[in-house]
Formats: sequence, C-alpha cells, structure tokens
Amino acid sequence: MNKKEVHKALAEIVGEEYVSDSKEDLYIYSRDPGLAEPHEADFVVLPKTVEEVQKIVQLANKERIPVIPAGASLSLSGLTIPYKGGIVIDLRRMDKIIEVNRRSRYVVIEAGVTHGKLKAFLEEQYPDLCHSLPEAPPSATVVGNLMIHGQGHLAQQYGFNSSMVTGLEIVLSSGEICRIGSCALGSYWFSLEPFPIPAGLFLGWFGATGIVTKAGLRLYPKKKLRDVEVFVVEDPNLVPEVIYRVTHTEMAEDITTSAQPYPLMFRDIVMIQIYITGDEEEELEFKRKLIWSSLRDIINSKEGGFMTLAPNMKIAFLERPMSNITRFADVLKGGGFVYCGAIIPIDMFSTALKKLFEIASRNQVTFSHTGRVIGRGHCMMFSFAYPFNREDPESMEKARKAIQESYIATLEIGGIPWKPEPPIQRVLLEKMPRETAELLKRIRSLLDPNGIMNPGNWSV
Amino acid sequence: MSVDLRNVHRCFRCGWCKLPSTFIDYNCPSYVRFHFESYSPGGRLWLIRAWLKKELRWSDRLAEILFSCVGCRNCSENCKMRFKDEVTDWIIAAKSVAIEEGLAPPKVREFLENIAKFGNPWGLPRSQRATWISGVKKYEGDEYLLYLGCESSYLEAGRKVARNVIEVLEAAGISFGILGNEEECDGNEAYMLGEMGLFQELAFKNMKLFQELGVKKVLTISPHAYNAMKKYPARSFEVIHFTQLLYELVKEGKFRFSRMECKVTYHDPCFLGRYNGIYLEPRKILLSIPGLKLVEMKRTRENSFCCGGGSGNFVFDLLHGMESPARVRVREALETGAKVLAIACPICRCMLEDAIKDEGLEEEFEVKDVAEMILDSMKSR
Repeated sequence: MNKKEVHKALAEIVGEEYVSDSKEDLYIYSRDPGLAEPHEADFVVLPKTVEEVQKIVQLANKERIPVIPAGASLSLSGLTIPYKGGIVIDLRRMDKIIEVNRRSRYVVIEAGVTHGKLKAFLEEQYPDLCHSLPEAPPSATVVGNLMIHGQGHLAQQYGFNSSMVTGLEIVLSSGEICRIGSCALGSYWFSLEPFPIPAGLFLGWFGATGIVTKAGLRLYPKKKLRDVEVFVVEDPNLVPEVIYRVTHTEMAEDITTSAQPYPLMFRDIVMIQIYITGDEEEELEFKRKLIWSSLRDIINSKEGGFMTLAPNMKIAFLERPMSNITRFADVLKGGGFVYCGAIIPIDMFSTALKKLFEIASRNQVTFSHTGRVIGRGHCMMFSFAYPFNREDPESMEKARKAIQESYIATLEIGGIPWKPEPPIQRVLLEKMPRETAELLKRIRSLLDPNGIMNPGNWSV
Repeated sequence: MSVDLRNVHRCFRCGWCKLPSTFIDYNCPSYVRFHFESYSPGGRLWLIRAWLKKELRWSDRLAEILFSCVGCRNCSENCKMRFKDEVTDWIIAAKSVAIEEGLAPPKVREFLENIAKFGNPWGLPRSQRATWISGVKKYEGDEYLLYLGCESSYLEAGRKVARNVIEVLEAAGISFGILGNEEECDGNEAYMLGEMGLFQELAFKNMKLFQELGVKKVLTISPHAYNAMKKYPARSFEVIHFTQLLYELVKEGKFRFSRMECKVTYHDPCFLGRYNGIYLEPRKILLSIPGLKLVEMKRTRENSFCCGGGSGNFVFDLLHGMESPARVRVREALETGAKVLAIACPICRCMLEDAIKDEGLEEEFEVKDVAEMILDSMKSR
C-alpha cells in the first residue's frame, strides 16, 4: 500500500475526520513537552472503539507500519514520539468509565479516560471511593500512567499504580484482543490473581508489546477529611529515619519529600509532607498524635520539627493534583522542564540529594526535587527536575546535560530510572545481565514479531 | 490589547487548560469537536509558535485550527501558569497576524469585510437593521439606550430575545430608546478575530454617536456587545447587560410573577460569565419566579461549556458537525431533566436552538431567554 492507500484504509476504519496526515497534526504528535528530539509520524488516528484499534493494528501489522499508542503524551521523556514514523494512535476518544463495582472497589475504564475525569466522576458518584491520583496534570490518562508504572497519592499505602490493576484488555500486534484477569472468565474485573500474571508483559512496556484498551483498577476508601503536616530537617541523612518511623505508624495516607533552592526559605532544608485522612476530626487527631509521637525525640533534639503552614501554603499542599508541580515549567519563563524520576531505596535519599546538588551546580542550572514514598518505605520515587527555556538553546542544553547525568547518577546509586527515554532504556539493557536483556528481547519478539509496536522503546 | 507573541513559547502544553476546574470532561470547544491535540489551546499555541518561527507554513488546516478557537476563555480560566490571562490574548494576537498578512480563511475575511462595509457580518443592508421592529421609539435622551447588536437585529433567534427584553422593559415602565438603522456593530467579534483596526473604528463610531446623543447608559441585549463596549477606550457611558437591569427591577418588585411549575437549566454565556463575572443575576431572576426549579448542568458558571458561537463562529461555524459544542451542550442540558434551557445571549440562543433541531429534541425541551421566562410567568396569571 502506498501512503494514500493507507490513509484511505485508516479513514474507512475511524472515519475521515479522525485520521490526519496534515503537517500541523504531525508536528504536534511528533514531539512531547520534554527535550527529546522530535520524529515525524506518518498519520495520527483517533479511534473510538477497541474494534477500531484492532483494525488499525491489523492494517499496520500487514503493512509493517509502526504504531504508537498515546494518551496525553505527558511522560516528558519522549515515550510516544514516533521514532520510526508510523501511525500515532491517540486513544483519548475512548473515554468511557464503563463500570464501578462499589462493594468490590474497582473501576473499569477505557484507555483514554483522564485522571481528572475519573477523579471528578468518583467524587460525584462514589464520594467514598478514590483512585491513586498522581501529581501529573489532570489531563494525563489513567492507562498512560499504568503503562509507565506511575505512582499516585496512595503509593505509600498500596504501591505503584500498575500494582492496582485488576484486569486488562489488550490489542496484540496481530490485532487479536486479549483479556487478562477475572474479566477473561466472566464479567467481573476484580482481580488478576490467582492466574499467572501476564499483565506484566504489558505494564511498563510503553505500548511496545500491545495496546491496552481497557483496564480494571482498584479503588480505595476515600476519607472525608484530609490534612497535611510538614516535617522539616536540615540534615538529609535523617530523612530515611523519619520516613521509617512515620511509615511504621501506618497512619499516613501519603508521604512526599521536597527540596529546592528557591524561594530562599526552602534552601538547605528537606521537607517531608505527611498526609493524613479521616472520616472524623478525632481520627485525624489520633493519627496526627501518633505521627508526632513517632518523631518526638528528633523534635526534642532540634534536628527536625513540624513547620507551621500559612493558609495559602496548606492549600497548595492539599491541592490534588498539585498545580505547583506543573508551574515549575515556567520557572525560567520558558515553558519546559525535564525530570528523572529515580526509583531508589529510601536509604539512598541523601546520596541522591547530594548528587542532585552536584549536578545542578556543575551544570549551572536551577532545580527542584520532589519525591514520593512507595509502599511502607519499600522504595521511593526521587525526582531530579530541571527547568529550561524553550527559546534559549543554552538553557535547553544545560537541562539536557543535567538530566543525562541524573540518569547516570540514578544507576550509580543503585536506583532505576523511571519511564526512561529510549537512549537510557538502551543503557539499562546494556547494564543488566545479558540473559535478562535476552529474556526481554524474546518476550518482545514473541509479542511483536514484526517490530511494529512503539519501536525505539525497549529495543534490545 | 498589548500582547507579546514572543512569549508564546511559555506554554508547556500540560493540558490543564483543556479541562474545567472540576475536571469532569474536556471543556475546550474546538478540542471537544475535533479531538486532535492540535485543536487544544496548548497544541494551538505550539503551532502558532512553529508558524511564527517559520517551522510550519500557513495552510487551510492551520487556519481552521486557529479560527476554530471560539475565544470562550476556558483555557485562561484553568491555566495554572502566571501568564494564564495571556493565553486567550495570544490566540487573538495570532489571528491578528493572520488577518494583517491576508491569510484568514475566506469565510472569516467575508465576515469582517461585511462588518466593515455593511455594519453586520452577513452583508445585509443597513436599512434592514431595524425594519423588523415596530413601535419602539428611537433614542432621544431616554434613561437607557437599548443597544440591540447585529445578532438581535438580523437573526430571528436574536430578534426573539430583543422582543422579549423590550416587552419586559415596557412592562416595568423603563425609559429607553433604540438607534434603529443608525446602530453600528459593537465590534466584539472583530476584536476576537484580531481585526483591531476595525474594532477601534467601530468603537470610535459608536462612542461618537453615543456622545452626540448624550447617552449615559447603554443597555445591551448581547453579552458580546457588553464585553466589547467595556473595552472602549475613554468610555463616557455606563454599560449594562439586560440581565443586570432586570435583576434590579425584580428586586424593586416591578414584576408580578405567577407560579410557574417548570424545571429550568441556565447556560452561562462566555462573555457574560467568564469574561465579566456575571453569574448571579440571571440565576436570581429565574429563582424569583415562584415554582421554577433551577437545576445546574455539570459544567456551569466559570466552568460553563461554550455554545461554540464565539469569535464569529455563529456565522461561519467552523465547529459544525455531530460533536459541535452546541450539540454537546444541548445533550448535557437534557441530562438535567429540565424542560427549558434558559439563556442570556442571542448568539447562544441561535446556536442552541439550531442544535436542538439537529438533535431532534424539539419535543423534549426548548430554549428561552431570561426575559421570556419573566414574561411567561407574568402572563400565566
């Protein structure tokens, strides 16, 4: 098929107005807001149903055309850039919230549902339930977040968002539609277990093994009240101990960390935000008391203490998702930032922070750190974030260099770069034992023998 | 408007601007209609930058992307950056560049040329501006100049609103007059389409005429006119939207309402709501009618979903189709169970009435303006 014929075939699948090869649409879908180099797509399609996705993939497989599934493309590490051209499948027209099973606490959604939409829907229809909401903009898609092992505000209690999956519907590179979990046997989407868990063949693969079109996701109790306490230390070596003690109480909903040079009041300190929830004030007070008590000797020794929050600060900390994170993109009045989210053992916090300071100083860039505890201190996401000015090539180059060094630093301290850009994926594959890389290659070859699924990602 | 398009690169394309503050669904009319990221505020700003930097050449698609922005201001309302107010202005400024370089789509050019030549966007004779209206005196030093605007002068849907407002004003004994065929376009759409020269000329003409006539208070039917006149430089008259005055009259007890069992939902016009913060008055008028039950749509007030008629689209309608904003809005209104979709803008009335027909919902519910609701209640005695 020539390009014109492919266009016609795609138009027959999704309708003429939902396929484009106009240079304007290709321009947008060829890049993301991060620093990865753009690569031009051949087509953008906007399917509405799984059957349409199936037909697109069948066509692509027959014609050996790459397909790149995309949500809001907000990874900032170029994971939906069409490195080898092809068809970008923007899944956001598939935005139905299909089912909520209140008593079994799960939701079934299509791939294009945004975090914002799910949050709003639950608040209106099921106010006692919530999903784990990441600090990404609310326009980010839930399934996109699963595909990168994202973390939300319930990560400290329940782990990565991808570990909250209860079922998946996937379009394979052959165009076959698979269901994984209890939904493979019946109409309930309550659990992946006790099957062998092939969901891992798709989660974290950035669409390189199949396109997730539906997901079942665990929901959790949402308490009526939420508050935040901010514990401040000057010595970053104390952070792992503070986190250990607070997680031991099992009283916190979410634990995050932050450090930044500006405004000056935040310089040379690490803030640990401890979120607590409750259905009644008494419950909140009880949790607050236990958490304070766990840190009493650190407070008494004056090595750390709780910060009094001005009302506007408290509002900013309690905003869900926090818009301040997005606002970091305008620090240099330049519309951009990049970050390396390092998944690290909590013990390595101070080493990672030291590395961040060194990298920022060496590259003469400003920075911000935010972190989130995952599991009861089992690990944490530690972000090295650098703003850049899209109109200033020098600042872009500095940020690019700083982020590359941050990825390397992550590996040096024994961490794992989260949602790494393709060049870093290659570094990881080279660093891991040959047998492990070979296993990944075999899995990928099995699921995508023609190499059409988001090529450039997890390519061995 | 003083906008530096060189700052357009500050948009990160994070997408907060596509949503309402409640996040309940996408709230950018052109994104809802087309669903390509290119038609979202961020996508549009990135394309504007690429065009200005000559990475992309002008094309019909780029023209459609730019001019299908209806200027509803949801993006500025929900952008989280310090430059949030500039987002809408950047898009207008880019339209301005396209207009200056003669690149605007033919439909847009025709729209603006008609305003310049005939004083209305359809190119209809000036002499027909007020022929449909009879029995309303011309302005001669009355308390209010009732400014009808193009859409209430030439569109049947707009004329209905004007007739209702006039009847209510007469019932309340308000001293007012109209300009008749001497009325000139208010210029709001010229401004929103970036034709600043035309806007300034229209503003100058209107202010001169108002000054000559000694006008102190201009009462507008359309929120678009209200918005435009608020921007007139060195304005020497007060601008009032009809819902503001009617609310005052309701408070003064000028109307004798009868009970009217009716479930109503109210659609906030962008140029009354997001642009000028007028949310309460229309609702308070409706709530003053005994028996009337006001139910809100999911997207309301600051988060209202635009009818898609702004920035000239009520004429050239680049967003038409099954998923046009007006049709989406009508479906949302229907979900409330209301029998009446109340409006306060003749353009909204036009867009939503057409959408009700397109959706085949004429039997389900109808569009009525706030003045009409007052009249219905008064007449149901």
